[in-house]
Amino acid sequence: MELFLQQVVSGISTGAIYACMALAVVMIYQAIHHLNFAQGEMAMFSTYIAWQLMAWGLPWGLALPLAVILSFFGGFAIERIVFKPIQNAPVLSHIVIFIALFSIFNSLAGFIWDFTIKSVASPFGEGPFMGSTLLGKHQAGMIAVTLVMLAMLWAFFQFTRVGLAMRAAAANPESARLVGIRVETMTALGWGMASAIGAVAGILIAPVVFLEPNMMLSILLYGFAGAVLGGLTNPLGAVVGGFLVGIIENLAGTYLGDVGAELKLSIALALIIVVLVMKPEGLFGRKIVQRV
Amino acid sequence: MELMRTKLMAACAVLAISTTAAAAGTTVKIGSTNAYSGPASAYGQIGQTSAACFNWANDNKILGEDTIEFIPLDDGYSPPKTVEQTRKLVERDEVVLTFQQLGTPTNSAIHKYMNAKKVPHLFLATGASKWGDPENFPWTMGWQPPYPTEGEIYGKYLIANKPDAKVAILYQNDDYGKDYLNGFKKGLGDKADEMIVAETPYEVADPTVDSAIISFKSSGADTFFNIATPKFAAQAIRKADEIGWKPLHFLNSVSNSVGAVLKPAGLEASQDIISSGYLMDPTDPEWQDHPEFKDWLAFMDKYYPDGDKTSSFTVLGWASCQTMLDVLKRAEGDYSRDNIMEKAASIHELRVPLLLPGILIDTSPTDYYPIEAEQLMRFTGEGWERFGDIISAESE
Repeated sequence: MELFLQQVVSGISTGAIYACMALAVVMIYQAIHHLNFAQGEMAMFSTYIAWQLMAWGLPWGLALPLAVILSFFGGFAIERIVFKPIQNAPVLSHIVIFIALFSIFNSLAGFIWDFTIKSVASPFGEGPFMGSTLLGKHQAGMIAVTLVMLAMLWAFFQFTRVGLAMRAAAANPESARLVGIRVETMTALGWGMASAIGAVAGILIAPVVFLEPNMMLSILLYGFAGAVLGGLTNPLGAVVGGFLVGIIENLAGTYLGDVGAELKLSIALALIIVVLVMKPEGLFGRKIVQRV
Repeated sequence: MELMRTKLMAACAVLAISTTAAAAGTTVKIGSTNAYSGPASAYGQIGQTSAACFNWANDNKILGEDTIEFIPLDDGYSPPKTVEQTRKLVERDEVVLTFQQLGTPTNSAIHKYMNAKKVPHLFLATGASKWGDPENFPWTMGWQPPYPTEGEIYGKYLIANKPDAKVAILYQNDDYGKDYLNGFKKGLGDKADEMIVAETPYEVADPTVDSAIISFKSSGADTFFNIATPKFAAQAIRKADEIGWKPLHFLNSVSNSVGAVLKPAGLEASQDIISSGYLMDPTDPEWQDHPEFKDWLAFMDKYYPDGDKTSSFTVLGWASCQTMLDVLKRAEGDYSRDNIMEKAASIHELRVPLLLPGILIDTSPTDYYPIEAEQLMRFTGEGWERFGDIISAESE
């Protein structure tokens, strides 16, 4: 029983990693209705920026917001420079550019900071959380930050004019434009926000998995799984989905014997397929009805 | 334009002079591939040390009037690229042999090719066990202690010192991980089933190995064999410390770098970990006055001043290059592929500089594992401390 409990809690803390990433995935999906394959690498790059700022002697409190702000403008700039010129191109062109960005960020990080692992100190400190052996301070902090980010996103989309405009721009660009929303700016804003959320995710993940250029590769995959499971249109769903993926993965790895441990990644992929086939909108997503 | 032509002519003239100079003896062409770019580029220092070492050998007339032309190419640790570059070396440059090619997946990609072409494929910079299979692959030979040998050494140590241990094993789910695992079980012998209480594989794509470590703790294991590459090894060390699991911890030598693994994992969490080595550690004060070490320092200063003098890679490059030079010396001017392979497979108790004292190189037509001895070491303070005798697992 203790093992079960420990694996569930450890699953929740790994799940928090996926949930963070899933939030960034949902954010970009809200803005452009695509999944950005370079999302993970952008987050990794932002994490390196935070690490570099700290290596230069900046304290956490300064390095973290600075990295997040830089990432916001970086994401904004990528949309303006790379995607605006091809906004009417077919989906395939977008995907090719996602992959190109993926590879560019990955090699660039390796070139600048090399490929050896770097340890990143946790902003929440080391050691167990409130004396429990199940949860570390960092894990607890990570779960808290994920939930706060979720609440902020929800409030943003629900209660602010910009949030509403962004939703409109994504759902129906033509009508949005007619009512005076600047659709292109909204898209760029979506990129900036997704990139900023990714930066927070990366900075929270790095103390757990160590910082290196490939650290996000599989995490993004699990993040996708979480987002798809919970529903790509719903930030809450994505977070719940992320936690679920973490727990399922751990329990399968522990109780399905060798098979479980060897097929951990396949479990995430199988989840994506099952959800897309059985319930494409995810557990919490809303059905998208296209008016024709 | 005019300037370019002059430069070109000057270059031709230089080329002409260097060819005539070399014409006095035979030129032995040696090819190699290494990761000079990409994720594994830290290993490139091994190849760079060897290149410098062959220059040193030419300057010091190690082969008399004969000279070595070393052609190192970059494969970025990508197997398809290794195939391409190796074919270039064999078919266009017509090298006599390839030396110290880096990596298990990369060498696997050319394993059959080299043997079909009957080109000596010597002293590979990888510890997989499959490089010592003279029956099926008579042209391929490794150099460093094979992974199973190291695993076996830990197993034997446990049997001798902690026969009632309950062992948990984390291993990477590929040839490398299974090589270690099999060697370790061989070392434990009949007691393997009884002693091993948990063995869990991980995939390179897994984000963390935390879940496995938690299971290990609750399995009641008091001994841990950590068969993981640097990132995962560091995660395991830190997670074990975090959850208060303090087993007797064996760490495979693949990940025993202080700078790249133990420091990121935390020096406090790394205390008392046991690993093994076969080369002199350049940061160990014990060797600073050793004549072999001083020779190496002098060589590094003159021929590879940019090289890292605290890294095991530059030490490895020098030691394995010296093995190659010994084979070429004993070929006595007959640099045919058959003769070179025959000499490589008949090294008898050769002392190569910078191996730990007491370790000798031995090969025979049936023994394609040059180095099969190591010494255990324990992480204390900020460095490794060797203990016990050299443990050999020399195959019969």
